Parts: sequence; structure tokens; C-alpha cells
Amino acid sequence: MEVLLFAVSAALSLAGGVGVVAARQPVHSALSLLLVLGSLAVLYLTLAAEFLAVLQVIVYAGAIVVLFLFVIMLLHARTPESRPSRVGGQWSLAVPLGLALWAGLSSAALQLPASARAVGPEFGSTEAVGRVLFREFLLPFEVASLLLVVGIVAAVVLASGPGTLPSAPPARGREEA
Amino acid sequence: MGAHAIPWIVALPLAGAVVNGLWGGRLGRRGVSRVACLSVLGAFVVSAAAARDLAGGRASAAVVHLFEWVAVADFRVSASLQWDPLSALLALLVTGVGFLIHVYSTGYMAGDPDYGRYFAVLNLFVASMLVLVLGANLLVLFVGWELVGLCSYLLIGFWFERPAAAAAGRKAFVVNRVGDAAFVLGILSTWALLGTLEFREIARLVGDGGGALRGHPALVAAALLLFAGAVGKSAQLPLYVWLPDAMEGPTPVSALIHAATMVTAGVFLVGRLWPLFEAASPVLGAVVAPVGAATALFAATVATVQYDMKRVLAYSTISQLGYMFLALGVGAGSAAFFHLTTHAFFKALLFLAAGSVMHALHGQIDLRHLGGLCRAMPVTFLAFAVGALSLAGLPPLSGFWSKEEILHAARLHAVGLWAVALVTSFVTAYYITRAAVLAFLGEPGSFHAHEAPPAMAWPTVALAVLAAFGGFLGAGWAAVPLVAFLQPVFGAHEKLAPPGAVDVGLAVGVAACGTLVGWWTHRGRREVRLGRLRDVLAAQWGLEALYDLAVVRPARALSGWLYHRVDSNVVDRAASAVAEAVVRASGTVRTWQTGNVRQYAAGVLAGAVVLFAYWVLR
Amino acid sequence: MSVPASAYLLLSAALFTLGTVGVLVRRTALILFMSIELMLNAVNLAFVTLARMHGNLDGQLAVFFVLVVAAVEVVVGLSILVHIFRSRDTVDVDEVDLLRG
Repeated sequence: MEVLLFAVSAALSLAGGVGVVAARQPVHSALSLLLVLGSLAVLYLTLAAEFLAVLQVIVYAGAIVVLFLFVIMLLHARTPESRPSRVGGQWSLAVPLGLALWAGLSSAALQLPASARAVGPEFGSTEAVGRVLFREFLLPFEVASLLLVVGIVAAVVLASGPGTLPSAPPARGREEA
Repeated sequence: MGAHAIPWIVALPLAGAVVNGLWGGRLGRRGVSRVACLSVLGAFVVSAAAARDLAGGRASAAVVHLFEWVAVADFRVSASLQWDPLSALLALLVTGVGFLIHVYSTGYMAGDPDYGRYFAVLNLFVASMLVLVLGANLLVLFVGWELVGLCSYLLIGFWFERPAAAAAGRKAFVVNRVGDAAFVLGILSTWALLGTLEFREIARLVGDGGGALRGHPALVAAALLLFAGAVGKSAQLPLYVWLPDAMEGPTPVSALIHAATMVTAGVFLVGRLWPLFEAASPVLGAVVAPVGAATALFAATVATVQYDMKRVLAYSTISQLGYMFLALGVGAGSAAFFHLTTHAFFKALLFLAAGSVMHALHGQIDLRHLGGLCRAMPVTFLAFAVGALSLAGLPPLSGFWSKEEILHAARLHAVGLWAVALVTSFVTAYYITRAAVLAFLGEPGSFHAHEAPPAMAWPTVALAVLAAFGGFLGAGWAAVPLVAFLQPVFGAHEKLAPPGAVDVGLAVGVAACGTLVGWWTHRGRREVRLGRLRDVLAAQWGLEALYDLAVVRPARALSGWLYHRVDSNVVDRAASAVAEAVVRASGTVRTWQTGNVRQYAAGVLAGAVVLFAYWVLR
Repeated sequence: MSVPASAYLLLSAALFTLGTVGVLVRRTALILFMSIELMLNAVNLAFVTLARMHGNLDGQLAVFFVLVVAAVEVVVGLSILVHIFRSRDTVDVDEVDLLRG
């Protein structure tokens, strides 16, 4: 049962990941991301992280992806990639580097012992996480709240202020050194 | 008043300096004056109370440990202050005379736009001098030593917009560096030899004549180096040249720093390291005393032909400091410090009187253009006369008692040096009478003089009283116990019999002759014709020219050569080459900065992969 | 736990690599952001897996904070993106290279 659950979720998340990267339209990417997030939430459940699973659905799927969708809607974003890029060779960099990274990460993952410690049913519950959060991680928690405030203020300032960013330079030619 | 109060003696003037330095502009003149004068007065009160306890036997000499300052391996130095008779005497002098001169300055500098800066530095000087005299080890003393040098520089060049003042400040600084370099080497030698810089430890290790270390070559070398530092600070031959030029500073500064206190630091240093100098056997007799005697005579002769009244006093200071070193050299430490004390009184007094003259005549101080001032400025004249006669050594004024002590000690230990001192005494009486006569007697010149304002007159009068009666503080055979007070410092080594009537008579006679000759030859403001001798004396026996030839010109030539050849051809080109190389390299490297975020991401990823590979393949 | 931990970690590695490649090859800023979210989630998965392996909740707490940071990052990043779009009328990151040498 558990193996089946893992297999399905893993397959779905991988498919979603490919979808995020490969979709032509941003909105498809966002939906693929939603798929990834959802299947990861299921995987969290199998890993005894029920609180995080719930959080994943609420914050990521509920808030962040919705925010992405809003922005997509707001910008009427046409995909720019129909035009040729001015920066070539990204694919030729990305494939070998990505393969190397994947090989390295995978080999590291395989070196780990497969055994896991037995944990009680309390592990990962809201109560257990909350206890650790408010005892050992109280200061980081407060700092995180500060960070959120900064983020909100930044968003307000950026969204409400006049267009202060410089517009594109008139001549696109790149001067040579 | 226990030992815990000692740090306040330094802290109060330092606080005054900080307050006046930071907020001098906002305090206004009255505020600045109050802060400056009261902080020094407070330090004086604390010193006086602590000194009274020390003299009355209610408290013993103490070392106040402030904090561990340097601790490197076995090199350990603490910031600590020492309170003993010697530092008590000097602290009283510095704060007492310092307070009077602060008050005087409020009148003298009243019209100066940089009022706050002046008092900030003056307070800083008092604090630094107190660090110097209270320091319990050579390093703390050295900090004070350098700080007073800095303050001296700042105050000599106080009117820095005047090229002569700026140059004089530089000269003082540079000449002092020569002595200070030797001083630092002396400190290092002391450390290398004795393994400590604490005065008490030094006294313990080399006390009672030094024991096994007596006359040890390394000890002699250390003593000579330290003495060289003292020579620089106290303007002795051959490093005296900065002091006459230092008269470019405001006159109260000359009174406080370049007469009463800072220049005596060299004398103080030798007194402070008395056991060390005694143990470095031949140094005192063979070096310190001759240098002192030679300087005393040399400076006195040069003073006879000066026309600038402040320069007369400056050479007189050099000469009197020579007396003090002579006294130290013949083993009469307490006589040296007795003279240091009386000299602080009457020389400060003379400078303040001269300052009053300058103040009244808008800076005119040339003896050729003065004259007849006694009618317009009677108080100043009387004060100057007291100072002059005291300097000449006429009884019962203070200078007589201390100079008599020195002459007596010299006669017992070195008859040749005694003769030199006696001649100097004659010359001294002559030149100071000459200055007094030319300035105050005879027909008035064409100027309108006025008496000094009260803020300047009162400190002058107070100093005149001190200069007149200060001698009763401590002649060795008088009842009042300055010598007894200094007994713990200089020990029972001085076994001076009271001078006989012949000695006293000779000293007084010589001084009286000098005074009379000075008055007779200059009566009616005539000048003596000295012919070629005047030129020689005015040229300081050719020493200034010798320095010019031997030091200044070679240094200038070398700098010129270095500038034209080495600096422009080697250093500048090397610098330009480096700059050009950087420009060229940057031209290449800047193209890597494409501004494209995806390429940056690729770079980050490549770096991560490389690190990963290193970690895996290691 | 019948599925071995390494299986979860392999999945995490694959997702992370996918996200990395996405950052390198896509030009649409929005998709760039989503790829970054993908990478963050891959790391989160590794954290949760290892927390489970060691029976220690610290890993889950790390995920919690990553969540906070990711939320802030998306908010600020998207605000900037909107701003760029308003002034430049593009979401192509290759067009935004004023900070070049």
C-alpha cells in the first residue's frame, strides 16, 4: 500500500516537475507546480509529517500558486520564447551540468543507510512540531515574522510606487570594451 | 584621601579637555573658561589633599592598578598610577601652576576666535603631564611623554596660519623625535636587562647602588639612552634648538609648557629612575652633570644678546634646566627638584609678566622698542622684578635657596662644574637684569601701554608671592621639609653639610655683581657693544649653523634626490603600471558580467558541481 | 517505513535537477520563479525524509522556515516582476540586463 502510494505520488510529482519546466504557457507551468505540491503533500504524510503536509497544501498550493496565477492573469503574459534568445548556449550548459548534478545528488542519496528509526504516532503532529517550534526555535520564529513584515512592506512599496525602474536603454547595441 | 582618588587627578582635566574639545563652540567663552579652570582646580584640590596625607604620614606611597594593558607572553604591563612624594610634588606643581595659568589665559586669549580649541588642548596637556608624572611604569610614562609632546606641538602651532608658528611646531616635534627614539630604545633596553618596566620593580632590582648590576655596560647603555630622551624633552645640549622657537606659541603656553612643566619632564625622568641612574655608575657624574653645566653656561651666554624678551626667557629656561641636570649629576636629587619647583614659580611668573607686556602692546616684545613700562604697568613691573631677582638668585627670594643648594652640592662633588655654575650664575643675573632694564626702565617708547586686566593680574601676583617665598618650602637646612618629603625617593644618599658663610656669600656676591653689572651697563636703556662676540653669541656659538650644515642641508638634498629620481621615476611609474594593469585586466573581466541572470545561474551551478565533484572524489 | 529513504531522496534529487534545468533554460520570469519553487520543494522533501530517518523534528522545522522564506520571496519577486513588466512590457529575463559590465 505504502509502496503504491509512493510510486504514484512520485510519478505524479516528476510529471509535474517536467511540466513546470517544459510547458509553453506560464499558466500550464503553474498548474503543473500545483500537481507537484499536492503529490509532495501526500509524500509528507507517508513520512509522518502531517502538520507540514497540511501547511504545504494551505500555504503553497493555496497561497503561492494562487499568487502566481493572479500575476499571470495580471500580466497577460505571452510567452516570450517564441522569439530567438539573445543568450545562446544555455541548453548546452544546462544538460551536462544538470546531468552531473543529478548524478552527484543521486549517488549521495544512495550512499545513505536505508534503515529508519522507529517513531511514535506523535511524531510530526501539530502538537509535537509546535512544542519544538516554540521552545527551541522561538527566536528564529520571531525573526521569520519580521521577515514576513519586511516582505509585505516591500510588496506594498513596489506595487504602489510610481515606475521608478529605469526604462530600457534606447540603443540595444552593446559597446565593446 | 585614599589612593582611590588618584585617578581623578588625571580624569578631571581629561574630562575638561573632552568637554571643551567637543562642545567648546556651544559652551560660549564663560562656559569654556569655567570647565577648563575648574577641572584643573579640582585636580589640584585632590592632589593637595592626597599630598597632605602623604606628607603627614596618614597615607603611604601607593600604586593604583587601573587595568591590565599589555599581556603578551611574559611581557606584561599594567596601566597603573604611582603616588609617592615625587609624583605628588610634580602633580601639585602641574595642577597648581596650571590652574593659575588657565586663569591667566582666560584674560590673555579673551579675543581669540579659537578659544575652545585653546582650552581643550591646554586641559589635555595638563591631563597628559599628569599621566607622565603619575605613571607607575615606563610605558605609561611614555604615553604621557608623547601626549605632552603632541600638546606642545599643537600649542606652539596654535596660530597655525602664521608660517613661523607652524614651522616652530614642526621643529619641536622633529627634534623631540630624536630624543624620543633614544627614549624608546632605552625603554626596550631596560626591559631586556631587567625584565620589568615598573618603577618599583626597577628600584628593587637595581636599588642600593645596583649590587651585581652596578656599572653593567647594558645598564649604562640603557641609562644613556633614557638620558638622551630627557635631553630632547628638556632642551639640553645638543637638542635644545626647538625650545627658543617654541616661543611662537601663546605666552601662557610658554609659561606652562615650555618653562614650568613639560620641559622639566626630562629632569623628572632622571629623578623617577634615580636608582637606575645611580646604579649605572659613571653616567650621572660623567654625562649628566657635564651636559647640564655646559647647557647652563651656553644658554645663559646666548640669552645675553637676545632682543626678543620671550627668547631671553626661553634660553634662561634651557640654562636653568641645565642647573637641574647638574644637580642630578652631582647626586643632589632633591636639590634638583627643589630648583624645579622654584623655577616653575619664577619662570612662569616671568613669562606671565612678559605676556602682560605683549598683551598691552599688541604683541610687541622686542626689547629695543620697549622701555619705561614701569610707570604704565607697575604691577607687572613689580612681578617681573621679583621673578628676575629670584632667577638671579638674590636672597631671600626662592631662586636663591634652590640655586644655593645646587651650587653647594656641586662644590662638594665637582669643583670644576661648580666654577661653571658660578659663572653661569653671574651671566644669569646679568641677562635678566638687562631684559628688565631695557623693558621697564628708562624713557617710555612711543606707545600706549595699559596694565593687565584682573584675570591676568591676579595669577601673576599669586605667582609673584610664590616666587618670593617659595624658597622657604625646602632649603635642606631650613625647617620646612621638601627634602625630607623627597627622602623616600632620593634616599639617604645626600649627606650635605649646611653650606658655610663663605659659600653663601660667594653665591650671593656673584649674583649681586651680575645684577649690578647688568643694571650699570644698560642704565638709560643703552646697549653694550660686544663687537664680534655679539655675532657669535647671537649665532648660538654657531650651533644652529652647524645643524643646518650637518643635518638640514643633507636631509634636504637627499629628499630632493629621492623626489626627482626615485619617486618620480620608480615609485610613480610602478604605481601607474599597477593601475594600468588593473585597467586592462578589468576591461577583460567586465565582459563576464553579462547582466543575464540565467548565465549567472549557470555559473552558480557550475561552481556547485565542481565543489560537489571535489567532495565526492576527494 | 517500507519504502527506503533513498527512494525519497532520489526523487528529491530528480526534482531538484529539473528545477535547476528550468532556471537555466526558461526565459519567462514567471516560469523561472516556479522552477525555483520546484527546487525549494525538492529540498523540503529531503529535509522531511531525513527528519523521519533520524526521528528528529529539526528537519521539519527547517521546512517550516523554508516555507516562510519562500512565501516572502515569491511576494517580493512577483512585485518586482510586475514592476518590470509595467516599465519594460516584458517578462523575458534576457531583456533585463542593465547591470552588465
